[in-house]
Amino acid sequence: MGTLGERTAVLGVGQTKYQSTRGDVSIAGLVREAGLRALEDAACTWADIDAVVIGKAPDFFEGLMMPELFLADALGCVGKPILRVHTAGSVGGSTALVAASLIQGRIHRRVLTIGFEKQSESNATWALSLPQPFSVSINAGAGGYFSPIIRRYMARSGAPELIGCMVAFKDRQQALRNPYAHLHQADLTFDQVVEAPMLWDPIRFSETCPSSDGACAMVLGDEAAGDAAEGPVAWVHGTAMRSEANNFPGRDEVSPQASRDCAAEVFDKAGITDPRSEIDVVEMYVPFSWYEPMWLESLGFAERDHGWRMVEDGSTNLDGGDLPVNCSGGVLSSNPIGASGMIRFAEAALQVRGMAGNHQVEGARRAFGHAYGGGAQYFAMWVVGADKP
Amino acid sequence: MREVAIVSSAIHQVKALTLTTDVQLMVPLINEARDAVGLTQADIGFTCSGSSDFLAGQGFSFVQTLDAVGAFPPIAESHVEMDGAFALYEAWVKLQIGEVDIALVYSYGKSSPGSRRDVLAVQLDPYAVAPLWPDAYSVAALQARLLLESGAVTVEELAAIAVRSQRNAVGNPNALRASPDVTVDDVLAGAVVADPLRASDLAAEADGGCVVVLAAGDRARDLCERPVWIRGIDHRIDAHGLGVRDLTLAPSAALAAGKAAERAGFAADAVDVAELHAASTAQAHVLATAMGLGGTTSGNGVRIDPSGGSLAADTLMAAGLVRIAEAARWVSSGDADRALAHASSGPCLQQNMVCLLEGE
Amino acid sequence: MVKVGSVDPTPLRADLVIEYPFTRTTGPVVGAFMTGLRDGRIVGSRRADGRVFVPPAEVDPETGDAIVDMVEVSSAGVVETWTWVDPPRPGSPWEAPHGLALIRMDGADTPMLHGVLVDSVADMATGMRVEAVWRDERVGHITDLVGFAPEGTDAIVELAAGEAASAVSTEVAGEPVRSIRTPIRLEYDFIPSAAAQEYLRAYADKRILGNRSPVDGAVFVPPRGVDPRHGVEATEMVDLADTGHVGNFCVTHLPIPGRSDLPTPYVSAWIHLDGADIGFLGLVSGCDLDDVRIGMRVRAVWKPDDELGATAENVRYWEPTGEPDVPVEQAGNQAWSAKESPDA
Repeated sequence: MGTLGERTAVLGVGQTKYQSTRGDVSIAGLVREAGLRALEDAACTWADIDAVVIGKAPDFFEGLMMPELFLADALGCVGKPILRVHTAGSVGGSTALVAASLIQGRIHRRVLTIGFEKQSESNATWALSLPQPFSVSINAGAGGYFSPIIRRYMARSGAPELIGCMVAFKDRQQALRNPYAHLHQADLTFDQVVEAPMLWDPIRFSETCPSSDGACAMVLGDEAAGDAAEGPVAWVHGTAMRSEANNFPGRDEVSPQASRDCAAEVFDKAGITDPRSEIDVVEMYVPFSWYEPMWLESLGFAERDHGWRMVEDGSTNLDGGDLPVNCSGGVLSSNPIGASGMIRFAEAALQVRGMAGNHQVEGARRAFGHAYGGGAQYFAMWVVGADKP
Repeated sequence: MREVAIVSSAIHQVKALTLTTDVQLMVPLINEARDAVGLTQADIGFTCSGSSDFLAGQGFSFVQTLDAVGAFPPIAESHVEMDGAFALYEAWVKLQIGEVDIALVYSYGKSSPGSRRDVLAVQLDPYAVAPLWPDAYSVAALQARLLLESGAVTVEELAAIAVRSQRNAVGNPNALRASPDVTVDDVLAGAVVADPLRASDLAAEADGGCVVVLAAGDRARDLCERPVWIRGIDHRIDAHGLGVRDLTLAPSAALAAGKAAERAGFAADAVDVAELHAASTAQAHVLATAMGLGGTTSGNGVRIDPSGGSLAADTLMAAGLVRIAEAARWVSSGDADRALAHASSGPCLQQNMVCLLEGE
Repeated sequence: MVKVGSVDPTPLRADLVIEYPFTRTTGPVVGAFMTGLRDGRIVGSRRADGRVFVPPAEVDPETGDAIVDMVEVSSAGVVETWTWVDPPRPGSPWEAPHGLALIRMDGADTPMLHGVLVDSVADMATGMRVEAVWRDERVGHITDLVGFAPEGTDAIVELAAGEAASAVSTEVAGEPVRSIRTPIRLEYDFIPSAAAQEYLRAYADKRILGNRSPVDGAVFVPPRGVDPRHGVEATEMVDLADTGHVGNFCVTHLPIPGRSDLPTPYVSAWIHLDGADIGFLGLVSGCDLDDVRIGMRVRAVWKPDDELGATAENVRYWEPTGEPDVPVEQAGNQAWSAKESPDA
């Protein structure tokens, strides 16, 4: 089963520097920085863009309701269509997929897609967990939600206790090779990762993502636009989205069925039967370190309860691993929530274009981009390749 | 373009939903729309919804509402933080690709727990405008005065639009403001609430939700007797600032109408009925003019707002989708062959969608 | 900064206030406008063709190109359209009825929104000339302008509130403005659903209620009136035991905003009540934190009878019963799978 609809190419990618507070720009300035870089990379101008698809997580972060309205001018969108997507943490990925569908459905020829968050305008813990009256508030932040799931994974798989620290250390090391990454901890040692305070046992502070300002954008084009590009493009080989309810009897919260179904669909569309050998590099959504082995299993890169072995034996390292994961440093090194999923998708595209700079996986031909959100219930994935599908 | 039709819909609008959550509102509506065409969620290839966290006073509020669908086994699904009309657009795009044949679209808004006119101020320029907290009635009034003083319309003509809405709304169980006998004089006797607008000039604020089922090609013909084909659909946005655009015009509505007409093969005014998503009578006039429907009550033979339109019941985040569902019902019943449905977003008609519908 | 106010008994309802003092970094263009306001000047941005935007546009809406050329305009201008706001809106800087207008400054091509300070609606007119009324103490914020008054009236205006200026100030005197503070406060009248009302009221009798699915009999707690797997209404209420097991848990070392009563570390757990098929969150106490484990049997520790109210807080925490654990593979959500296929 091939990808249906128009063949779609990533023509350009643009990212801002991710940091705690981008004090030098307005919200419009932040999204334009990514948007203009994507246009430049795609050798386009605003006039070449037919439509814009923008995504971000809750509007409470910036206290700006439906920000596509205010940002229409900044995104060169006046007189054009704009859509605003919100699917919780997976939003950056699903935003890219909605943009891709506008090409696949032959509605438009070139679409700009952008994800952003300017978390410094408020406070992540506040914006992510507004208490509701009459509900007893005992969970502090997302870590409180995901920690039990990680605990369940550890119990089930028998993974050694420090696997999460190994992931965190790897991603922070890899982030040093990505100039856009938020955390650049050149002097960080593995011991420091291990000795960091526990926040939500078994999650240490060092195993959590930062809170970042940032934006990421891509220009997507149809087959003719991809063919006409002078530089390398990334071709979309498969796309998929899945959602499931938050809490129901029998739910496998460690490896949700929505995750497994979504992976099965995206690999089927891309004609991939053995992801481990056919995918060269993975950018997956890992906001807490243990999610790397958990997703490796859920997505089919590892057997059940064996994902941690890939971490332990270095298979997921940029240097020397056969399946490098999060060469950009991942969500653990940069997390502007509304952009985080799109960064995964964009980094996958950069890898197969050979444009990932110091964190390039040599010879990468096919890459996997992944995002999840909500209570691990919203999933967006794509496979991109250097070759036209 | 692949042929895509509206095959079923469900609407519920009331003044205030109390003791009912968004998910409890949507469960019966979603089941009503699916049951009407004999579908279960397993038959739905793509689901898309629209809602706003700011209305709910809760981040990620749509996550809870997903429970109304019955999302297990997992579903292919997406959400826009926009009016449900834009969710319908996303679903229509998905059907164009050809991967799936049936899509479910829903949206809902419960603005009654908060002060909706004030909440909407946080849509505006967050630096120079929102800190002044201009409420939605005031913003609509600024636009209405420009329109009146431009000579494009008179106070009496705006009153006549209010009368049209209230009279048309009679018999619509989802309308909040309906009156068979209301006159222009009655309306003009009402107090001014945001000079120059009277309460009757402002859309009646509702809580509610709407569901639409879309199907492609022969699947649509299998599912219902008279599919309502989406012949053309397009949406556009104007500049944001209230001062940088001419508020007496809605260029993006005109543009969307033109683009939709190109796809449809018939003009936006070549319809029997039109359902408009307007926050005020003045906006209804601006829209009708922009889309060539004729500015006043009769239009160019087009029956405007036969349901009463959003003026009779305006559910924030759903009103645009409700317009599409209402327009489709006129075609589905055979009372109209062609219909126009309009949806908008943002202050003073900043963003507009036009959907041109036709019976088999 | 979410406050839950007093609770009214019939029906249960609460004031929900969502409030945050957003700090917005301005970038150069908005920053120049704010710096100008602080200095008592109105500054716009000028496009190449000479068109001047006030407030300054960062981007040309027609082309998407950046506009960086800043220009000062007059602080007097003309009302292009207006309305009258009476009573003033909560959150606005005005405490008395006032005009609200789009005002085009002399030298500008686009009007800006602000208040017009006159006594009555009869004093408002399109085309009226107005001039800026400035606060004495300015910080670089749109409210440095108290509003606009008819030209030549020497308006004496009572400032809305002296504290307002300092509340929005983020700046160092003399430096260009780089950020502003824009507090947002939204109030909601929060009324739980009928199912939640019944659930909360039952707590007063030390009862815990769930909803039973009409499709497969699965029991959900708290009751939300729906079965999320099947997307159907679930209206049947069932009484649940106040005993169960820990399906899963988290040892939290961070304080929770608004829960200063909770010493850290503490254990929050998914409590799977006997008779329920999903878990809900509760605190586990009454034992060493290190002893908490998946599958541990627990029971509710209720508040004293004279402190009971219509609230889930009646259960102070869950303590171990000392019974044998539920096997890990049957604990939590896995309990349902075990029930569905007992041989598995």
